[in-house]
Amino acid sequence: MFIEYLKAFLIGGLFCAVGQVLIDYTKLTPARILVGYVVAGVVLGALGVYQPLVDFAGAGASVPLTGFGNLLASGVRKAVSEDGFIGVLTGGLVASAAGITAAVLFGFIMAVLFKSKDKS
Amino acid sequence: MDKQEYSKLTDKVSQNSKSYLNIPKAFVIGGLICTLGQLLLNLYMYWGADKELASTLVSVTLVFLSALFTGLDLYDNIAKHGGAGTLVPITGFANAVAAPAIEFKTEGFILGVGAKMFTIAGSVIVYGTLASVVYGLIIVIFKLY
Repeated sequence: MFIEYLKAFLIGGLFCAVGQVLIDYTKLTPARILVGYVVAGVVLGALGVYQPLVDFAGAGASVPLTGFGNLLASGVRKAVSEDGFIGVLTGGLVASAAGITAAVLFGFIMAVLFKSKDKS
Repeated sequence: MDKQEYSKLTDKVSQNSKSYLNIPKAFVIGGLICTLGQLLLNLYMYWGADKELASTLVSVTLVFLSALFTGLDLYDNIAKHGGAGTLVPITGFANAVAAPAIEFKTEGFILGVGAKMFTIAGSVIVYGTLASVVYGLIIVIFKLY
């Protein structure tokens, strides 16, 4: 049990440390890093190297946005194998629907409930 | 997003360039968020969810917590220290949705909340989806399924 949490901490931490290195040493903005991580996750998922990492590190690999990309890739793979060509169009968003809808729903609720504070 | 917002967002994450502090802090805070994810994952599986459902529930829970912390104005305070540690996990994505939704409420629900929600998240969804379509086409063309 402890090892499981340690692996999640170390691998998840590593993904974030790499992100910080990119912010500090390149001109990459946070928005580009978010996009880059998701696309990298799709590529790594497509190459079949990300799922083994998820099996190894659990939430340490599925919580970073690369895991979101991996979800898109595995969703497309599953949809194409089940539904054929139309799966190309449905697979990605179907697999990521819960995360995206949750972000929209909770983001909206918070916007209704809270006012922006002066951040100066 | 105009230039000012853009630089504000950049400042939020790269507040100073003390990398010898930033990188370990990102590691620890990002690692802790993933450890929380693992804790939730085990909890949902303990409650009877299979691995796939549990993983989805973890994402939804973290997205909720991130949106709530953003609303309470706490996420920014963590992000000041966390840098990429609060950006790279899915909580960073949720924050990127919730923060502009709250901030641009003053511009109304249509052109403010609804539109600005996707300033950054939209880009993530667009390029993630496009990448998945490219991969799908490769699978179909090379019959990898």
